[in-house]
Amino acid sequence: MPNVMIRKKDSGELLFYVAKKDMEETIATVETDTAEAWGGEVALTDGTRWYIDPISPRPQFPTTLRFKRAE
Amino acid sequence: MSAMTREETQALIQEVLEVYPEKARKDRAKHLAVNDPTLEQSKQCITSNRKSQPGVMTIRGCAYAGSRGVVWGPVKDMVHISHGPVGCGAYSRGGRRNYYVGHTGVDSFATINFTSDFQEKDIVFGGDKKLDKLIDEINELFPLVKGISVQSECPIGLIGDDIEAVSKKKAKDIKKPVIPVRCEGFRGVSQSLGHHIANDALRDWVLPNRDGDSKFESTPYDVAILGDYNIGGDAWSNRILLEEMGLRVVAMWTGDGTLPELELSSKVKLNLVMCYRSINYITRHMEEKYGIPWMEYNFFGPTKIAESLRKIAAFFDETIQANAEKVIAKYQAEYEAVIAKYRPRLEGKKVMLYVGGLRPRHIVGAYEDLGMEVIGTGYEFAHNDDYDRTLKEMDNATLLYDDVTGYELEEFVKRLKPDLIGSGVKEKYIFQKMGIPFRQMHSWDYSGPYHGYDGFAIFARDMDMTVNNPCWDKLRAPWQKTA
Repeated sequence: MPNVMIRKKDSGELLFYVAKKDMEETIATVETDTAEAWGGEVALTDGTRWYIDPISPRPQFPTTLRFKRAE
Repeated sequence: MSAMTREETQALIQEVLEVYPEKARKDRAKHLAVNDPTLEQSKQCITSNRKSQPGVMTIRGCAYAGSRGVVWGPVKDMVHISHGPVGCGAYSRGGRRNYYVGHTGVDSFATINFTSDFQEKDIVFGGDKKLDKLIDEINELFPLVKGISVQSECPIGLIGDDIEAVSKKKAKDIKKPVIPVRCEGFRGVSQSLGHHIANDALRDWVLPNRDGDSKFESTPYDVAILGDYNIGGDAWSNRILLEEMGLRVVAMWTGDGTLPELELSSKVKLNLVMCYRSINYITRHMEEKYGIPWMEYNFFGPTKIAESLRKIAAFFDETIQANAEKVIAKYQAEYEAVIAKYRPRLEGKKVMLYVGGLRPRHIVGAYEDLGMEVIGTGYEFAHNDDYDRTLKEMDNATLLYDDVTGYELEEFVKRLKPDLIGSGVKEKYIFQKMGIPFRQMHSWDYSGPYHGYDGFAIFARDMDMTVNNPCWDKLRAPWQKTA
């Protein structure tokens, strides 16, 4: 369950940053991405998948969230 | 283009690793790589930020070096107590050449060594009382001191002194910030963790001091320079360019920096990051807490400077963008003259770099402006995100080495035969005795600044006087010379 900082890249995509692992990865898809909620299963461009219970209302980025590995 | 093919470089790595026992070889192999600019991520080719192998000569430092030496040390109006035995502070005093303006001993203290000088009895009975007394003495002797930081050395963590409690008590007593920093040298694998600990201390003890205080009059053009430690005056030559562009530099982290400046950083509009490795933690925190965006930039060599100035200007309005072009145009004649003078003397020379956490990739542009080629590069204490940023800067098949050992670096140099090596003081005399031109690139070999347009002229002159110095072929005894 790493702490993940999500921030917007210059290109507008979301960046998934895990400080402990020095991992900077772009988010490819987000399961729930609406005006009211954000979260669910998150797939990164390197193929790994992470999970967070959808957050409502949609958080302001950058922010630090706690993710789980998706099954 | 690199002189060697991928296969040749790979074969060289294998050959150099041959002498190690199997286990060490397996581990070291992960830290040596052949660059492939098409890769998006460094984790596919190189491992970094791991514990060094026992028995090899590593060139790394400790967490205390990262915190006291790098991040906290340059804050000039504070006293940084080297809390523990006398040596750590004495031997690291003044070595980084973080220039500052001010009267040393009156309102600035960066080059003075303050230490609690632990003796046996302090280890046995604890050093908290000594620290308490020391802080009172400092405050009495140097009444203009703005704050005090307590930089722990190894024994503090080992004997379990409560420096936080003492700091809290003394902060109340002397009515100045007293900041405990838990940067015991044994923490982490290199100085890199010291940077992180120092950043965390800044985040917890310095940044929030001006929260909810709106007395500071900000302008839309406020920026802070982060990760520039003013080595030989580097931060000043950056600052000139930014101010000519019309930006207002509110704070410098931490070269020539002061405590009030650091506290005001939470009010700026943009954070400009030079050394990503040592300061990215705090920029990410400021982005999250205060919504201040950050941007990495590179002021080594005219190509990268122009690129960075435009990138910074793009963040602001059209006046700044026009100013950026004016600044570039203003210095054009100057840097073209530098290139015209030195490029013919340096063209085609090969360089190998092995420095700390940013220069192995940032300086490459400056060498390329002079027609030189970087054939090998590596970091002492970088993490994977630094290598992510390095892959694109380097040519295909360039040799990459992480936490290189003394033996490996020597072997690589013997085989690749560079015309110039840029590394630290521990490597300097070995390579000079081998007859290879060498620059000490941690503190610019007692020269500098190398940042900015002003610095580029000095950089070019220094590289020329090192590479083309007539002394290098005199280092071989006459009877050893081959015809």
